[in-house]
Amino acid sequence: MTFLMPLARAGAHGESVVGGKANALARMVQNDILVPDGVCVTSEAYGVFVSEAGLFERIQMTLQCKPFSEMRWEEVWDAALRIRNLFLTAPWPPVLYEALATGLEQFVEGGPLVVRSSCPEEDSEGASFAGLHDSYVNVRGLESTLDHIKQVWASLWSDGALLYRREREADFRAGTMAVLVQRLVRGEVSGVAFSKSPLAASEGVVEAVYGLNQGLVDGTVEPDHWRLDRTSGAILAHRAPEGRPSCLGAGPSGVRTVLLPEAKAARPPLEDEEVTSVFALARRMESLFDSPQDLEWTLDGGRVHVLQSRPITTLEAQGSPGNDALHKRLHRSYDSLCELRQKIETRLLPEMTEAAEEMARVCLETLNDGDLARELRYRLEVNERWVGVYWSEFIPFAHGVRLFGQAYNDAVKPDDPFEFTLLLTHTPLVGMARNRRLGGLAAQMREHPDWNGGAGFGVTSLPPEIEAAVSAFIDDYGELSWAVAGGASNQSPRHTLVSLVLEMAAHPPASEATAGDASRLEERFLGAFPVESREYAQGVLDLGRSSYRLRDDDNIYMGRLEAELFRAVAEGRRRLAQNGTGTDAEGLRHELERFRSRPTIQSAPARDAEETSVVKARQIMGQPAGQGLVRGRARVIRSPGDLAGLAYGEILVCDVVEPTMTHVVPLAAGIVERRGGMLIHGAIIAREYGLPCVTGVPDATTRIATGDLLTVDGYLGIVTLGEADEIFGEGTAGRVKKDC
Amino acid sequence: MTHHAAVVRMIRSLLDAQRLGVLSTHCRGHPYASLVAYGVTDDLSRLFFVTPRSTRKYGNMTEDDRVAMLIDSRSNAEADFHEARAVTITGRVSEPGEDAAAPLKALFLSRHPYLCDFVAAPSCAFMVVKVRRCIFVERFQNVTEIEVSP
Repeated sequence: MTFLMPLARAGAHGESVVGGKANALARMVQNDILVPDGVCVTSEAYGVFVSEAGLFERIQMTLQCKPFSEMRWEEVWDAALRIRNLFLTAPWPPVLYEALATGLEQFVEGGPLVVRSSCPEEDSEGASFAGLHDSYVNVRGLESTLDHIKQVWASLWSDGALLYRREREADFRAGTMAVLVQRLVRGEVSGVAFSKSPLAASEGVVEAVYGLNQGLVDGTVEPDHWRLDRTSGAILAHRAPEGRPSCLGAGPSGVRTVLLPEAKAARPPLEDEEVTSVFALARRMESLFDSPQDLEWTLDGGRVHVLQSRPITTLEAQGSPGNDALHKRLHRSYDSLCELRQKIETRLLPEMTEAAEEMARVCLETLNDGDLARELRYRLEVNERWVGVYWSEFIPFAHGVRLFGQAYNDAVKPDDPFEFTLLLTHTPLVGMARNRRLGGLAAQMREHPDWNGGAGFGVTSLPPEIEAAVSAFIDDYGELSWAVAGGASNQSPRHTLVSLVLEMAAHPPASEATAGDASRLEERFLGAFPVESREYAQGVLDLGRSSYRLRDDDNIYMGRLEAELFRAVAEGRRRLAQNGTGTDAEGLRHELERFRSRPTIQSAPARDAEETSVVKARQIMGQPAGQGLVRGRARVIRSPGDLAGLAYGEILVCDVVEPTMTHVVPLAAGIVERRGGMLIHGAIIAREYGLPCVTGVPDATTRIATGDLLTVDGYLGIVTLGEADEIFGEGTAGRVKKDC
Repeated sequence: MTHHAAVVRMIRSLLDAQRLGVLSTHCRGHPYASLVAYGVTDDLSRLFFVTPRSTRKYGNMTEDDRVAMLIDSRSNAEADFHEARAVTITGRVSEPGEDAAAPLKALFLSRHPYLCDFVAAPSCAFMVVKVRRCIFVERFQNVTEIEVSP
């Protein structure tokens, strides 16, 4: 078995052993094309690692706890993170370590390296896997190189790669990975070239940026773009980017953004003759590989080094829906997320607050019907605009948590791949602040001299000071939007709120998770980075915290806007019920119709419960999202009104914990959610209260009924229904009958 | 080799080759069967497995510690009738303390490394059967009993 071989000899072993990238580069070496020197860690080494570390079955168990086709991408990300951590923490099989360490030792001493994926499946004509498997630039030292080899192996199971296989209907369970370790060429200029343009068959394309190629490939740096005539090689057009403020260069380790001097930024990275010479190289690759090629190159000391060449797989796919395929939208760079954070925190959230406050100041009852219809239309438009912002800006910002999670696991290599979430809790969430105010209201009731175990208080009979405190809460946080929406039948939103607080007051206050080891973990995380990278580490931690906070807060902000919309809707309905005729009434009716079909941030409603069946769930597997074990009666939420019935100590079972529902969580003993993921609201709020939580439970609200006895195992992600001995109740022991 | 030694060797070989067995418990006389991943000591004196505490089998075992486990070599082919071997192990089950369980857990994980999360979860119990008898069946109806502990 061969674990390691020089790149020049890799071609003799075939793609299944060295992967598509190494195979192509080896062929270029044989044809005297300049390629950075390298060695190839074969797929056989991957096979031995996975087999010896017992990873194969663990990967399959992680991916198959529910049908893969039903996993939401957040669940796929969770699974990918778990698998990545298995690779990072699994010890090296001694024989493999010895072989790689001995073989790489001398090569590593020669200077900084690039550790790149070379998957047998990638770079084929049918599937490029472009950018889905990881590559690492500027890696130094033997141990770091070996660590990065593991990370490249793990990227075979990245969320992007798994979803790409699912979209192509390929077997998501299979795969192997070879790794290329090459010398880093610090190119002054780098880029890509298409020997045949994906947009015009008679043309080719060259794109170039200053510095390393990674800036162009991951979209951080906008390139200069040239169109060329395929036949003559002549330049047809040049399009400069909006600006060339910076490029990516090698830092002490990894890459960093470097500002360009003004004079350099003013001129294109390539002269015309250099553009045509790069394109000529792309054409030569097309001849060599007998198909149009997508080339990655870097220019160093006046010589063009080829980093990669692969068949163009997008020629037929242009304009097809595949261009928006999910796997392509999964990753955002640190820099782009920092920019997004700035925009959200300094512009969007203050604008949302202002919009809600402006609407709250309008006294709807004093408007005539025509003005009310216009106000309703305005509120629908405001709501629609912010729903758009929610999807386009807030949802992508969730990648900040994911980026931090991966950075934490890479640096710390914890046993628990979700240990990083402990560093995210105890950030000041608006939802938690609101729940604390509710807890304060409950305590005020409980400690009141007239409380008398609750007997002295009713929804409509509260002491004046308590009524005032309830009004102050509504002034600050609005009424409960699920109650305002009309879900809680026969009760006004205010009464629904008071009922909830009365239930809270009748029981011990919910405890929040303590800060515990968070500061120790923070030190551990920051300490895992060399001094020169601490600023990045602190930055990515801050980004993760901001992203985590927004996962909860954005919905609270949206809830305030929605509550104002609901207020206008309630007023409109009241008017129509009283006097539903005339032109103005028609206007109101029209806006209320629009309200019914408005876009929202909520997910699809839960399916209705199935007819009673003899097929009954006993244990359902989901994902462990909040540690702990608890038993209690289920309260299934199929419509907002069901929330009003939640009693202390019940298990909240729902399709999705909408952030506007989190008021009731302090009463719950555990959470079971249909929607999956470690970073969804249900999981976040469960961790804040230290509640056992299982997410990603298929058809949770249809397979479980209110009143069912549930055991929620938040360690393993198992929900058990009923008593252990329930099925043994029927019949008594009898003798075996003899039919003769 | 004595017949006894040969049978012990065949049982060992069967237990080493298989990963899953069918555990029998009962609830107030109602039999109940469950598929579990098992481990076993070299001297066949202890057989062990892991179960969540919320399961029926765990509930049954807390009521009555008498259990049986069937482990066999079926391949779902006609030849099973003369080729398949099976051993039924009977004994009493308990949930030992952490110190006593540690070496057996290590043995279990060496056979089933992918179940490490299961073994570590506070919601799961590591159960150890003190084996009393092994009843070995081969060639359809040849049955041999071995007393492991009184």
